[in-house]
Amino acid sequence: MTEQETGSTGGEDAGAGLDARLALDRGAFRLDAALRARPGEVVAVLGPNGSGKSTALRALAGLESLAAGRIVLGGEDITTMPAERRPVGMVFQDYLLFGHLDALDNVAFGPRCQGAGRAEARARAAELLERMGLAEYANARPGALSGGQAQRVALARALAVRPRLLLLDEPLAALDVHARASVRSELRRRLADLDCATVLVTHDPLDAMVLADRITVLEAGAVVQEGPPGEVAQHPRTAYVARLVGLNLYRGHARGTRVAVAGAAQGEHAEVSLSERREGEVFVAFPPRSVALYRERPDGTPRNLWRLRIDGVERFGDQVRVHLDGDFPLLADITPEALAELELGGGVEVWAGVKATEVRCYPA
Amino acid sequence: MTRASPPSEAAGGRLRVRAGRFPWLLVVPALIGLAFLVLPFAGLLARAPWATLGTRLLLPEVRGALWLSLTTATAATAVAVVLGVPLAWLLARAEFPGRRVARALVTVPLVIPPVVGGVALLLALGRRGILGRHLDEWFGLTLPFTPVAVVIAQVFVAMPFLVISVEGALRGADRRYEEAAATLGASRAVVFRRVTLPMVGPGVLAGAVLAWARALGEFGATITFAGNFPGRTQTMPLAIYLAMQESPESAIVLSLVLLGVSLLILVALRDRWVGAV
Repeated sequence: MTEQETGSTGGEDAGAGLDARLALDRGAFRLDAALRARPGEVVAVLGPNGSGKSTALRALAGLESLAAGRIVLGGEDITTMPAERRPVGMVFQDYLLFGHLDALDNVAFGPRCQGAGRAEARARAAELLERMGLAEYANARPGALSGGQAQRVALARALAVRPRLLLLDEPLAALDVHARASVRSELRRRLADLDCATVLVTHDPLDAMVLADRITVLEAGAVVQEGPPGEVAQHPRTAYVARLVGLNLYRGHARGTRVAVAGAAQGEHAEVSLSERREGEVFVAFPPRSVALYRERPDGTPRNLWRLRIDGVERFGDQVRVHLDGDFPLLADITPEALAELELGGGVEVWAGVKATEVRCYPA
Repeated sequence: MTRASPPSEAAGGRLRVRAGRFPWLLVVPALIGLAFLVLPFAGLLARAPWATLGTRLLLPEVRGALWLSLTTATAATAVAVVLGVPLAWLLARAEFPGRRVARALVTVPLVIPPVVGGVALLLALGRRGILGRHLDEWFGLTLPFTPVAVVIAQVFVAMPFLVISVEGALRGADRRYEEAAATLGASRAVVFRRVTLPMVGPGVLAGAVLAWARALGEFGATITFAGNFPGRTQTMPLAIYLAMQESPESAIVLSLVLLGVSLLILVALRDRWVGAV
């Protein structure tokens, strides 16, 4: 498993950034995950609801105690350090700006707690608000700010304590769809400018892809995949990631140019043909748009052909996503015209074809 | 109608949906209850010696009792806030053994008769009481039958109201704001002062108003522990009770004064700050 490789201590730059193994139990749920982030690096923890990603973030902030493991930040073990002493800044999901303070005093709150005088704290807060492009909102109460502005105030407030580790919990979840796109790219720029390590938690693969330098995928409390966004998108290793990035994913055993897909019955239907030779345990993946559907068995070209039953049809962008069930369940994206031509409907059996050259194959 | 009418128009106009069966079973007892609460005051107003009201109000013993009541009730409220808010915080936020017992103990003064409270105070803080004995020996302090005793008696009966109100507010407050403050480097004391207290402010105020009203009306514990010395420990309720024995007309006047003052202050506070309670 990947988390064992990365979870062990003493990497090439163990002294700087974050190196943590977080283990804790919450009833039947167990979180056991290793997280690392170099200074200046943005790591996204991507996972479904209940995967333990927010718990992991709270543990890093000191709001949750570990059962085992440790948290090392900048060479210092902060595992049992109280939250208020950790050099960690956190942006909460709904920002949690203090409603009785204006934007300036919200940002100045941290420096004040760290012992700065009122004037000094306010000066630092004003400078940060300026950097966030919020100078004219310094005296606004949080209630008067838009979602995007509130998020920037929350970011400024977290950065005002000069953290070595910045934590963001679902930074875009509280925004409406229209604001999200612009705030996302803006946040990308701001995070790229920081020299502290950043860990953000999200259930949205787009947020993770855009904002992060590296993605750690958490499922049921364990790290199931880790890597740069491109790598994770290209080579998903679990059904969850594959669904997020929109790929059909199977695990199987390769022999030459043929892969026997595990879990399906042995035979023609459970085999995938490749365009190049492979050996051993592999993942095979192909995008739904590379699947062609036929009423009659086609002659010639497609190397992979399965007889499948249509389970459902839904609109997907300007395409139609067809859910196919059978020995080799898969998703196919076809045009509405193609759907109409094929006169397909629920419960109808069709032939699904994928060219061998469209199939990606990588070691499991 | 040529265009859709706004809801306000429809609500008052002929499009309003008619209510269903009239809820007699609720309305009748509600009206009886209301009458029961209001009728005694009507009696008070009807029997008031309006002609001599002005001169009676200016009597020195009336003014003295009123002044004592207002000052002691206010002092008792201040003490209750200073001690009760941290106590509420402890009960709502801290984890310690015996917390359930402590919560139960806080409510004891609410359920025991105030006279019993006065007896208990006398036994604890009286000249021969377990604590009062030492206060007398070491510091020459004698609490019973002084204005301080009036305040102590009032704090005893009034503080639970404040603690319960503030504790409720603390439990209802979103603790994540306190966590956010902690991640910004705020110690627990700073979190309480700069984040928690502003959040539960309305609850503290509501509790203080309740405590003040309870202190102003305090009778049993006061007369037992502080006695009934005009000008020193005779508060309005005591003066009213005494006047009732001699001249009921004076008692009515005093009652009207107390009623007027409490209504004035409670209504003013409620409208301005305590909208939610």
